[in-house]
Amino acid sequence: MSEADGILRVRQPIGVQYRWSAGPNATSHLQGLIEGRLIGKRCPGCELVYFPPRNGVCPKCARILGADVEVGPRGTVTTFCIVNVPFLGQKVKIPYVAAQILLDGADISMQHLIQECEADEVRIGMRVEPVWKDRSEWGPTLESIAHFRPTGEPDVKLGSEAGAS
Amino acid sequence: MADRCAVVGVGQTNHTSCRADVSIAGLVREAVDRALADARISIDDVDAIVIGKAPDMLEGVAMPELWLAEALAAHGKPVFRVHTAGSVGGSTAIVAAQHVMAGIHGTVLTIGFEKQSDGNAMWALSVPIPFGMPVHAGAGGYFSPIVRGYINRSGAPSHIGVMVAVKDRTNACKNPYAHLHEPDWTLEKAMATPMLWDPIRFIETCPSSDGAMALVLMNEERADRHSGPKAWIHGTSMRSEPTAFAGREQVSPRAGELCAEDLWRKAGITNPAKEIDVVEMYVPFAWFEPMWLENLGFAERNQGWRMVEDGLTEMTGSLPVNPSGGVLSTNPIGASGMIRFGEACMQVMGKAGEHQIDGARKAVGHAYGGGSQFFAMWLVSSDKP
Amino acid sequence: MRDVAIVGTAQRPSQVETNLTSVELILPVIDEVITKVGIDRSEIGFWCHGSCDYMSGQPFSFVAAVDAIGAWPPIVESHVEADGALALYEAWVKIQTGECDIAVVFSNGKTTSGPIDRILTLQADPYTVAPLWPGFDAMSALQAQACLDSGVVTERAMAEVASRSLADAKTNAIAYAKGDHSVDELLARPYTVAPLRAHDCGLPVDGANAVVLAAGDAARRLAKRPAWIRGIDHRIDTQRLGARDLTESNSARVAAQHAGVGRDKVDVAELHAPYTHQELLLRSAVGLDANKTRINPSGGALVANPAMAAGLARFAEAAEAIFAGGADRAVAHCTSGPCLQQNLVCVMEGE
Repeated sequence: MSEADGILRVRQPIGVQYRWSAGPNATSHLQGLIEGRLIGKRCPGCELVYFPPRNGVCPKCARILGADVEVGPRGTVTTFCIVNVPFLGQKVKIPYVAAQILLDGADISMQHLIQECEADEVRIGMRVEPVWKDRSEWGPTLESIAHFRPTGEPDVKLGSEAGAS
Repeated sequence: MADRCAVVGVGQTNHTSCRADVSIAGLVREAVDRALADARISIDDVDAIVIGKAPDMLEGVAMPELWLAEALAAHGKPVFRVHTAGSVGGSTAIVAAQHVMAGIHGTVLTIGFEKQSDGNAMWALSVPIPFGMPVHAGAGGYFSPIVRGYINRSGAPSHIGVMVAVKDRTNACKNPYAHLHEPDWTLEKAMATPMLWDPIRFIETCPSSDGAMALVLMNEERADRHSGPKAWIHGTSMRSEPTAFAGREQVSPRAGELCAEDLWRKAGITNPAKEIDVVEMYVPFAWFEPMWLENLGFAERNQGWRMVEDGLTEMTGSLPVNPSGGVLSTNPIGASGMIRFGEACMQVMGKAGEHQIDGARKAVGHAYGGGSQFFAMWLVSSDKP
Repeated sequence: MRDVAIVGTAQRPSQVETNLTSVELILPVIDEVITKVGIDRSEIGFWCHGSCDYMSGQPFSFVAAVDAIGAWPPIVESHVEADGALALYEAWVKIQTGECDIAVVFSNGKTTSGPIDRILTLQADPYTVAPLWPGFDAMSALQAQACLDSGVVTERAMAEVASRSLADAKTNAIAYAKGDHSVDELLARPYTVAPLRAHDCGLPVDGANAVVLAAGDAARRLAKRPAWIRGIDHRIDTQRLGARDLTESNSARVAAQHAGVGRDKVDVAELHAPYTHQELLLRSAVGLDANKTRINPSGGALVANPAMAAGLARFAEAAEAIFAGGADRAVAHCTSGPCLQQNLVCVMEGE
């Protein structure tokens, strides 16, 4: 635009740094990820197992989650999405499959990548297992797992879990 | 015991991807001035203002209603801010109506807005959170697996989403305020658009828009004295549930069902599919139209897609959905819910112009937000309750 | 208007930095207030939450709070991007419509997860003011200087507010800063943002709180001595610092008139004044005589200022003063925006 049009927009970069808290109730889960283990937590109310332990509480019972429970490592795809959209800050190369995976022994699915197969081979009910990064890269994050891959086991017929969280 | 409340003025901006010609305040005033003109009152006649918008990070202004007070000539008045995620436009209108129904204010102005071009929505909605896995990509990445769950369980054919999208884009051509005016879509062309978040196609996604909607609400005494068409509020409802818990039904969340049931009860509706003349439904991804038809009780479980396939939700159908073109044609996030609520009013006021449904007397505005967990609805009518 | 009262409160002791998530902050105060009041979750007709995304550094950060309150089966719930005191206002409106009788209001502020002075500066005009990054404390200091220059406050009067607040905080388990400090001792300290000293500014802390509102018979059933809301109103001024008289608060004055503060004596006032000079301005705007009204016996926001929760904390403190019988008529106040831009004033009475 020419100056005669006037200044229509100003650019104002905003930088704010935060310190994030994971909360004490997520400690054993995050510690597990540092050690290559999948630790969920059982709700003392409904007794269902949360992996990951969202904010340390069971949202249905509004109670702090209780005992640690080791889950997985294998799980079942409950639903998925193939991402073809580039966006700012994206860490994974497109296209990729972001799947909801219900780990064996857990009662709520978690989101992760499926790789080592074609995107159009991923199915609801497919059995998958984690592929961990090199031990030196393990940290208190689900990013310690590089991705999940098919196990080759027969598909699981899902009921109400299909498409569920 | 609550007072009756009517919408007497509706005003919206011309929505587009980048309103570089106006500031945030200018955008808001465009909608406000149109609503005031429609109601034939001045801003001095307004007792209180209720503002809603989605996350402040979309524009980079924290609690912008504070700064906007000046542009709204609100000095010495109450200004109230609501933020309930994507449903915010709807819940804001409801909170405004409650100020009137409670007998606290006689004339309330309510506004929903978003100026997405001033920030980066894909970024603002996907801020990487430590400890988790950064695989999801904006709202599409979040909702796509849920859509897949619906397709899987209902057996809906793959062209249903595309049918909804083509309908809404075609309807939008009759709405001068809509962001997208794309008259040339055919089913065939639409089916050929790429998968962005498979199973969601490009055509099935909403645009990113700048825009605002404003409504003028009055109590019964003032509305009765006010000549001109009115949209009487017959009922409002809101429901919330957690984002995720073990075994949560995400395709048809319980909170949505309860919200609709509550609304039908309050408004005395026993057969919504028959009694409602037109619905402005929050459909940011095309597949949500059949999903919400079921969730709100317009169709049986897993049957919503048949209403779409049979053309019942077209403007000529028995239950027109989104004659305005809907969120699929215009999505200023914080305004989108209020546009649904306002368009419902325009229908019963007979002010919808080319996208008017003839003889519409009862219309529903619907909004949802978060992980399909916050719901807001109202039912308006040309007749007093 | 229906008779509506605060019937119970819960507050979390302030911490300068907690490692809890917002959900872990909120859950215990919700549990505590529900248990104290003795209600079942199914009796709660409305929930309303106050918080700010920019403080959490996450869009839709309030969504997680739904996890903390037991939103199953689904609930009727809303959220304000503001202090919890405004959430209380929305709940009061909701009860006035007759749609519900009992509401829970809560707020949380993790003031220490991000640079709060910078974050609150983002409230300023994004085109002409925010790009200069004036700083929230500095904008308040500018107001303090205007007040000093015009003679409506003195540095000694400001130090007296700080001294009294710190001393009062000694008996308040929730307060963070506390202790005996003479006015002369405080005046000898250096300026941080002149003319403000560190003790002139509210201490940023992490906190959460909750209150229960109930109408009529429900209130009488749930509390021995409910704190009845006799008047409540909020008003806003223009934000532009150059367009208003910074040595007064017009919006606080108008809100206090509408709330009916002047109709009778006020025993206790809990004023949300994050800066010492603002307490002095508010006393005059709200119409309080410090010789007749006990101002901020809790220590106020100076001794613990969890942004977005500090206003609701004033309501909790004022209501507790009525529950305990120490006050028959109390004022609670909340402010928002730079230099007392927006103000909510509420009058509560025991029976």
